[in-house]
Amino acid sequence: MNIIICIKQVPETTEVRINPETNTLIREGVKSIINPFDMYAIEEGMRLKEKFGGKTTVITMGPPQAEAALREAISMGIDEAILLSDRAFAGSDTWATSYTLSCAIKKISQFDVIICGKQASDGDTAQVGPGIAAHLDLPQVTYVKKIEEITDKKMRLERLMEEGFEIIETPLPVLLTVVKEINEPRLPSLKGMIRAKQAKIIAWDASDIQAEPSSIGLNGSPTQVVKIFTPAPRKSGQIFQGDTQGVVEKIAELLKKDILS
Amino acid sequence: MPIQIIVEKCTGCTLCVKVCPFDAIRMVDKKGLTCSGKQAGLTCSGRQAVIDLNKCTLCGACVPACKLKAVVLEKEDKSAPNPSLKDYKGIWVFIEQKNGKIQSVSYELLSKAKELAKKLSCAVSGVLIGNDLDEHLDELIWHGADNIYLVEAPQITNFQDEPYANILIKLIQKYKPEILLCGATAIGRSLISRVAITVKAGLTADCTELDIDPGRKILLQTRPAFGGNIMATIISPNYRPQMATVRHKVMPIMPPDKNRKGKIIRESFNSSVYASRAKLLDIVEEIETLVNLSEADIIVSGGRGMNGAKNFKLLEELAHVLGAAVGASRAAVDSDWMPYSHQVGQTGRTVAPKLYIACGISGQIQHLVGMQSSKIILAINKDPDAPIFKVATYGIVGDIFEIIPALTKKFKEILKK
Repeated sequence: MNIIICIKQVPETTEVRINPETNTLIREGVKSIINPFDMYAIEEGMRLKEKFGGKTTVITMGPPQAEAALREAISMGIDEAILLSDRAFAGSDTWATSYTLSCAIKKISQFDVIICGKQASDGDTAQVGPGIAAHLDLPQVTYVKKIEEITDKKMRLERLMEEGFEIIETPLPVLLTVVKEINEPRLPSLKGMIRAKQAKIIAWDASDIQAEPSSIGLNGSPTQVVKIFTPAPRKSGQIFQGDTQGVVEKIAELLKKDILS
Repeated sequence: MPIQIIVEKCTGCTLCVKVCPFDAIRMVDKKGLTCSGKQAGLTCSGRQAVIDLNKCTLCGACVPACKLKAVVLEKEDKSAPNPSLKDYKGIWVFIEQKNGKIQSVSYELLSKAKELAKKLSCAVSGVLIGNDLDEHLDELIWHGADNIYLVEAPQITNFQDEPYANILIKLIQKYKPEILLCGATAIGRSLISRVAITVKAGLTADCTELDIDPGRKILLQTRPAFGGNIMATIISPNYRPQMATVRHKVMPIMPPDKNRKGKIIRESFNSSVYASRAKLLDIVEEIETLVNLSEADIIVSGGRGMNGAKNFKLLEELAHVLGAAVGASRAAVDSDWMPYSHQVGQTGRTVAPKLYIACGISGQIQHLVGMQSSKIILAINKDPDAPIFKVATYGIVGDIFEIIPALTKKFKEILKK
């Protein structure tokens, strides 16, 4: 079974600090990590390989420094890593990103399952996974929380919804996006870390994957950002302390209007 | 290069440096030496901005921030307006139904669509896909739909990505809406991403504000980015329809007008359009969920301070009185006190109820990004320095095991339950 996992390098949220004067993000010195949801995608990909044999490949699109994310994936046990990096990819929105990733997947050509994290922690769109499926005309199952069974080119999955879950059966190849509940990602092994250091990262640019220049980067992105602003900060609240009954009376009075409506 | 600083216009004011989410802009003096952050406060003669193209993602945040229009971001010449854009008219709302029940986000979107349609002098249409849905048509019209595109067949009774996307794509190609709105729900996000790729449209996820640019008559889509620390307004000027998913509970539902009339347009397609490679075998509802988290007006949430699964009973009692949903922090879920489907935060759900009651939750940033858009936050924690108090509208410093039952009792009295 050949498995492709798409990942993204994102800033570590715990490290994102806000400049209190300007109320903007301080990005300087913020550590980059693999998008937390993609860790579950990597783990699930490796579990499939361990069961069925085959090969795991991670792909990311990003600046040269995104290589670090690929090496981390290799240290967890991924076989092969591909970095899609080209100035022409800069400014990609989810349309152009999913197009670029799908071009690379077409070039790989041999695959049974593509796995993505549910969404990235910086953009929060959840659009790239289904976008890749649309570009490649594949069936998609989003928010997968469990792979129940795999038989004869078919997979039975549990898909997390708001009120519970759905049981879905899909033929392969298929694109999955996974949620946290699906597994617990392993830590890198010492052997893996040594391998990761030495591994050769495959680097492809726009011409390597035969991407249409009009469909990538800024030019291939239908959306444009016109304004960025910081929301009004939450007003510092009222803090109560002391005698429980007294505090509860006060809070109840304050919330009365809201809980009755 | 697509992004440039026009040296003659740049005064070195540093506004662009501050808004850059990628730390890609710095100030240099005449000799090309970096003026550090500290020096930036001093007068640094001939100071101007320089963009590090290895860090820049061309996100465009700096362009509107520059008051002197010294940052220019150019796409390839698309200035000749595409004449076919004018063929696209009207605002559509994808009406989400589950089990034949219309989801409240659809009414929220119809209300918003009606307001936007006034600014564009156009009609509002709902797209309803499923089976046997006639009973809902009046209600949708009362809430703002002028037309309803209704596609019914037994094979499409329940949502499935492929057929629903196929149908929506066919309808868009036939009727050419200018704007398409959809709830940012599990179904909505999964479906609409697929549609946007195929029709090559711009899609903005998880909007919290929508408006029409009065001059250009295009949709202004505002959404939180970077965990709600920054808001971004996004447009898709050269593509149609302009598509957006919209967060639950942000747009108010207008009272229904029972005198409104609307048109029902029934459409059907051949069975290949309704076919799905991925087959839905079963829907399992988890009964322990009293109220669905994303639909809830009030959420009572517990964290590490709950000290064990059995203490969540206290929260369930409070939730029951308030008609609220029960949430949990990652710490509580990782300790197996609550199932993952209840997790609020970065790796769980993002919620924005009217009232969020955080009990024994310290308020790690990963939790805050999932709930800080709530209208009112009540935090109860024994640690007065817990970060949750920084975002709380009201905070109680004290023992949750005393305070929660007391609140339950008090709210019971108020609500006369």
